[in-house]
Amino acid sequence: MSEQDPSGKSARTNAGFINGAPVNGESAKRRPAVSFVSGGDRHIRSRLMLSRVFAWLCRFSTYAALAVLVVLLAAIFYSSIGRLSPDFVTNTNSTSPVKAGILAGLWGSFWLILFTAMFSVPVGVGSAVYLEEIAKDSMLIRIIKVNLANLAGVPSIVYGILGYTVFRTSAAAIAELFDGKHVIGVLGLFKVRLSKLPMYEDNILVGALTLTLVILPTVIAASQEALRSVPGSIRVASLALGATRWQTIWRQVIPAALPGISTGVILSTSRAIGEAAPLIMLGALTYTSMCPGGIESPLELLTKPAQLLQAPLDQFTAMPIEIYDWSKQPDARFTAVAASGIVVLLVVLLSINSVAMVVRHFASRRLKW
Amino acid sequence: MSAHPAAIEARHLDFYYGEHQVLFDVSLTVPERSVTALIGPSGCGKSTFLRTMNRMNDLIEGSRCQGEILVEGQNIMDPAVDVVLLRKHVGMVFQKSTPFPKSIFDNVAYGPRVAGEKNRAVLADLVESCLRKAALWEEVKDRLTTSAMSLSGGQQQRLCIARTLATDPRIILMDEPASALDPASTDRIENLIGELCANYTIVIVTHNMQQASRVSHQTAFFYKGKLIESGPTMKIFTHPSEKKTEDYITGRFG
Repeated sequence: MSEQDPSGKSARTNAGFINGAPVNGESAKRRPAVSFVSGGDRHIRSRLMLSRVFAWLCRFSTYAALAVLVVLLAAIFYSSIGRLSPDFVTNTNSTSPVKAGILAGLWGSFWLILFTAMFSVPVGVGSAVYLEEIAKDSMLIRIIKVNLANLAGVPSIVYGILGYTVFRTSAAAIAELFDGKHVIGVLGLFKVRLSKLPMYEDNILVGALTLTLVILPTVIAASQEALRSVPGSIRVASLALGATRWQTIWRQVIPAALPGISTGVILSTSRAIGEAAPLIMLGALTYTSMCPGGIESPLELLTKPAQLLQAPLDQFTAMPIEIYDWSKQPDARFTAVAASGIVVLLVVLLSINSVAMVVRHFASRRLKW
Repeated sequence: MSAHPAAIEARHLDFYYGEHQVLFDVSLTVPERSVTALIGPSGCGKSTFLRTMNRMNDLIEGSRCQGEILVEGQNIMDPAVDVVLLRKHVGMVFQKSTPFPKSIFDNVAYGPRVAGEKNRAVLADLVESCLRKAALWEEVKDRLTTSAMSLSGGQQQRLCIARTLATDPRIILMDEPASALDPASTDRIENLIGELCANYTIVIVTHNMQQASRVSHQTAFFYKGKLIESGPTMKIFTHPSEKKTEDYITGRFG
């Protein structure tokens, strides 16, 4: 009652209601006319003003972020003039800024992402299913759930160190173990002489396993979120029809969660594409004109089957590494090369994100909500 | 009723959620091919009792059950009992209809499919016969591939009944199957129960006393976790032997 209108003071103090009827009809009549015209009240004016200021602040933050992004994109496109051309994506790296291209990095990133997705999807979705659907609530499970968020916040270079210690060292040991020996391949169906199949310790698989570590917490968190959004009544109804827990998870819960899971996976994967730090930590090549397995075009994926086996065990570079390398070159003409690299990287990222949108659309259309 | 053999027989059943006991020494016999209504005020344990009959309570962590429940003569509390097989024979329809986000056909075919039936023709026949039994076939026969979510509430509930029938159960448990439906849909569900009890044993939990008196042959009254009284529905509603039962059915409490 601190905001009393002086003219209405008596009316306010007298207005008492019993059973909805005014006690004192006379004083109720004396209440001043109400105006709904804006600006009639000092308080409403300041409140409305605050509301407007707040809306403008929000609008400003949105458009400021957008403006920065647009300026950035425009600057990059402007810088890329002079090098961005079709042969930039068909050439491999070169010491000449006129010839340098991103092909090796593009293929390196392709293989990395392929294997990162192959490792992180089963492990990530599997962990999420275990945590959300199977595990009984216990102290350990709660500790794991809380710490997943912490793992997602660990800087990627730390995973790079871990990857170096665990994966690269193991790869080196394996390479040494099999060097020059005959190895019976899968089920003895084919023989591979590993000495002819050079296995580097800084290979694609080591890089992909490290990137898997980087994105796994995010993949798990996104999948958990998607699983949690599936109504419990679906699980109960499925179990009541005599489905086992596995059938319930596989036929009801995962299909219902699939749009969310796939979006999470694809967005995490596109984050992995931009990662340079853990790969540099692992010792990925900064300057190379070799594509992994020597495969330089999509057609060669089909025509060079032997190289397909070699690619995951080959050394590599990746787009962000090459961009970083070019940006450090003393020759000023490399600025355009680095900018062109960024443009290609952005195009790849945007295509992956649009794939995410399409996948989400189709995955949710198969569900008949 | 005594002419029918027992489909379900609960013997001295105690049920706990953690330390909290919700059922006290419940013993009840459900005759085969009849409708048994479980009535009582909210929280009296009637739904919990219903869910012990297909062991859906197993899903609740920290729940514990003592005593015996014989379904077709077998004690389903026995550790050797496979709940998956049990639930195939003891179907359940829930208060809120829970169609899967799939087509009408896939909803009905789900039970047989998880049990291993793959033959498309067999499934198609089964889906049709179950939808007919659930009095839904005429309404959906031209749109079996559309989403089950597009059906009305009453149709969804009949779909859930059809889905339950598809696993070829002996017993159907219904947890307030009509409480979220309008009077016309409720009427259809009640008629359906009347038809189904020729071939199935039905146990229904209901808050609606008129419904209990309309559809059931036997009524059991629960209060605070105890089975106060059970017997032929006519007798329970006209000459209950317990004062509590009379107070409840005449609307003095609950």
